[in-house]
Amino acid sequence: MSSSIITADKLTKTFGDFKAVDQISFEVTKGEIFGFLGANGAGKTTAMRMLCGLSLPTSGKATVAGFDVYEETEKIKQNIGYMSQKFSLYEDLTVKENMRFYGGIYGMSNKYIKTKTAEILSQLHIQKEENVLVKSLPLGWKQKLAFSVAIFHEPSIVFLDEPTGGVDPVARREFWNMIYQAAAEGITIFVTTHYMDEAEYCNRVSIMVDGKIEALDAPTALKIKYQAKSMDEVFLKLARKAVRNAD
Amino acid sequence: MQSIVVKNISKSYGKKGEIAALHDISFEVETGSLFGIIGPDGAGKTTLFRILTTLLLADKGTATVEGMDVVLSFKEIRKRIGYMPGKFSLYPDLSVEENLNFFATIFNTSIEENYDLIKDIYVQIEPFKKRKAGKLSGGMKQKLALSCALIHRPEVLFLDEPTTGVDAVSRKEFWEMLKGLKAQGITILVSTPYMDEASLCDKVALIQKGQILTINTPQGIVDEFEYPLWAAKSANMLQLLNNLKNLPYIKDVYPFGEYHHIVLQSAEGVELLKKYVASQTAEKIEILKVVPNIEDCFIGFMNK
Repeated sequence: MSSSIITADKLTKTFGDFKAVDQISFEVTKGEIFGFLGANGAGKTTAMRMLCGLSLPTSGKATVAGFDVYEETEKIKQNIGYMSQKFSLYEDLTVKENMRFYGGIYGMSNKYIKTKTAEILSQLHIQKEENVLVKSLPLGWKQKLAFSVAIFHEPSIVFLDEPTGGVDPVARREFWNMIYQAAAEGITIFVTTHYMDEAEYCNRVSIMVDGKIEALDAPTALKIKYQAKSMDEVFLKLARKAVRNAD
Repeated sequence: MQSIVVKNISKSYGKKGEIAALHDISFEVETGSLFGIIGPDGAGKTTLFRILTTLLLADKGTATVEGMDVVLSFKEIRKRIGYMPGKFSLYPDLSVEENLNFFATIFNTSIEENYDLIKDIYVQIEPFKKRKAGKLSGGMKQKLALSCALIHRPEVLFLDEPTTGVDAVSRKEFWEMLKGLKAQGITILVSTPYMDEASLCDKVALIQKGQILTINTPQGIVDEFEYPLWAAKSANMLQLLNNLKNLPYIKDVYPFGEYHHIVLQSAEGVELLKKYVASQTAEKIEILKVVPNIEDCFIGFMNK
């Protein structure tokens, strides 16, 4: 499978006796929108941190963008984008300064940064706001800008950790439109969310329960398998089985 | 009887008051009811909660809680309400039990005296009562915070975004707890950015950019939706969305889970839509009439 951008084989992380992530195996295909779901405490964040090269696994194997999660964590960091609801942009820097900063961090050339910045400003129709502090932008704009910044260096995969929490319903949909476009341009999307309607927008979805991947398939297939009308129902059926109660 | 009465409240921030947080907000909450303030981040929900819990002064307007003015009678109000802020605000280096004891003592009561009120919630975290609050999981922190807000048996409970960032299962459980508290006669004002939670309230106010869009029962809001609403899906959803956007009789179309929702300009649009679907032989499109939910209504108000 040369088109796999993430491969995980029995990937495990334990903290003492606690198996936060328990032998998860899966593959994510290039250009796919992959939904990574699970209840609080199911192990999503721990798994994501391993895939982003931020935390070493206890056992098992995994590669991200062709790089090994034990040996090549720095290479992984250069080749992925990351965005979360909590931390994304510097509030006290302007729109333009944020892009300059992130471009610099990823070692992009001045010329690239200049062209890319102009491109993003026009895509988001915020040319007039280029010198505005990020903290004074409405939340919906911030999230869209944060996503653009996360893929500024044109990574092969971007990890989105609850990107749309608290965003209004219209902005939430505009955000997903951007995700679709990025995926169409070949960027793989790895996304977590608590909104179950957003799970429907993914090509495939995995659901983690107590550290294990309990289900992985296209939303339509999952609904048939679990005889559910919506992904919300599928999620509730699986997540209710959880015995563990921790974040 | 009205437990909370808000009249023309406005509040701005900034040196010159240039950032308007609330603009001329008015609503009433009936005693013993569960009232939801539904809106995205930045809508003004927290500002409103801080004014009603006597922690912030409004620029204009008045508000009463249990008949008492939030400015004149702030001390008395504080004794009779429970407040759970959106941000976890208990003492992280005190244990679960110590936190609860602390709040009980502050209000001149004891855990034993009001145990029956918090029992259903507290038993779930009691096995961890020696653990420091800062070391609890998100779900457990939420239960402890709710227990602390209830320990003095308040008449009105203010919950600011209690379910934000919480998974679908825990959110359902939390709303079950609220039903139980309502049954004990406590008036509850709760805010949330999750539109689907509106249906669990007796009455809701939809709020956006500091202004109330509408106040009604959940069913009433759905009944207010004045356009025919249909849903469509096909093998290529992105293409379908772009095609539908260009049809003149469609007022709005947006993704909605498995389907796209189509808001038609008028009833005549239904036949036109059906004809369009029949004419698209290259790609099979499935359509069906749907009942709007709160999110459809919210989008409708935002486009007004």
